[in-house]
Amino acid sequence: MSLVSATVRRDLLLAARNPGEWANPLMFFLMVAALFPLAVDPDPVFLGKIAGGVIWVAALLATLLSLDSLFRADVDDGSLEQWLASGESLFALTLGKALVHWCISGLPLTLMSPLLGLMLNLPGEAYTALILSLAVGTPVLSLLGAVGAALTASLRSGGLLLTLLILPLYVPVLIFAASAVYHAGIGMAYNGQVAMLGAMLALAVALTPFAAGAALKLNLSR
Amino acid sequence: MTPSQGALQVNLQAVALHCERDDRELFSELSLSVSSGDLLQLAGPNGAGKTTLLRLLAGLNRDYSGDLLWHGQPLYDNYPDYARQRLYLGHLSAVKKALTPLENLRWLTAQDAPDTERLYQALEQAGLLGYEDTPCQHLSAGQQRRVALARLLASHCPLWILDEPFTALDKAGVSWLEGLMQQKVAEGGAVIITSHHALEGIPGLKQLELGGTS
Repeated sequence: MSLVSATVRRDLLLAARNPGEWANPLMFFLMVAALFPLAVDPDPVFLGKIAGGVIWVAALLATLLSLDSLFRADVDDGSLEQWLASGESLFALTLGKALVHWCISGLPLTLMSPLLGLMLNLPGEAYTALILSLAVGTPVLSLLGAVGAALTASLRSGGLLLTLLILPLYVPVLIFAASAVYHAGIGMAYNGQVAMLGAMLALAVALTPFAAGAALKLNLSR
Repeated sequence: MTPSQGALQVNLQAVALHCERDDRELFSELSLSVSSGDLLQLAGPNGAGKTTLLRLLAGLNRDYSGDLLWHGQPLYDNYPDYARQRLYLGHLSAVKKALTPLENLRWLTAQDAPDTERLYQALEQAGLLGYEDTPCQHLSAGQQRRVALARLLASHCPLWILDEPFTALDKAGVSWLEGLMQQKVAEGGAVIITSHHALEGIPGLKQLELGGTS
């Protein structure tokens, strides 16, 4: 297991050395929320109604933006070859990579979301639901995204393919999460939606690292 | 410098290997054995299949027919065990340019988990003392190669599989690496390398010439 923890540590260190890589999607997230009222309608009542959906769409696209490079650098410089050569389980390694990805994309998005809620006049009752849905939903995005990133890791321009592969899988997460925020905003129970997100997370943790590991092996065994 | 002295640390056999790449036969009926004290150099023209054979022996490529045996057992029966006893260093050195030699070395040797003092020793012997906190992007190609090679010093693996390890090294680096391989072989380990470099005066040297004709 030591290689896995070493990899997690190294990837966090790399992220600290290249802040541009993870700050860019965050800026994108912020920009969407800032520009939306300018382009659509600055009416606070209208904005409050759509705030949850807008924040979630922005979070999803920001995650997608940061996924492309998840495994590519490791394929290019031979790190992935060393993973395979190490004989350690690819399950743990891809899970570790997805965890690091969530720490530098999903986690900051979750922490920033109340600010965006404020900018878009999100109803006060919906903040808990927004943070909760992002905290449970964005790890699912990272885990599903890792599968797509692993499949396209050795392609020069895999960005479009990655989007086409992964976006349909993101749709259920988006539907349940946005619904949770909306229902919280109009004072209704939203625990059903959050429970669904939790179920998706459990399923993603158990299954996606297998798929991502198999895809990486396929990429390198030539 | 004192690996556990087993009876015979290295015993790798390949029996009747056959490999094709894009409908072109690279080699067939190839048998070889590498045991403690051997230094096997794979030679041959470009495109002869040196790297392919090396990756087969390292267990990174299963696209072949024939048998690979590690201590008499099929290699993939206990791959994690084999993986812990052989060190593979390919064309790509897995050195991250944004990280320093020390940080890179710590990841490269994570499975052996040597202490920091040992890592410093390895960097010193690799001629990188004074550079341990400089990001690798500011180092020359030869120095980056030395970072990758420094892991040889910090590892306990009895079998080294090295693909073109002399690339970008200066004369002093070449003789340093030759010395390392010589020492490994003398300790009862074994080394398999691909290189166009003429290795001389190393006891236990065996050469395998791969043909380049299709």
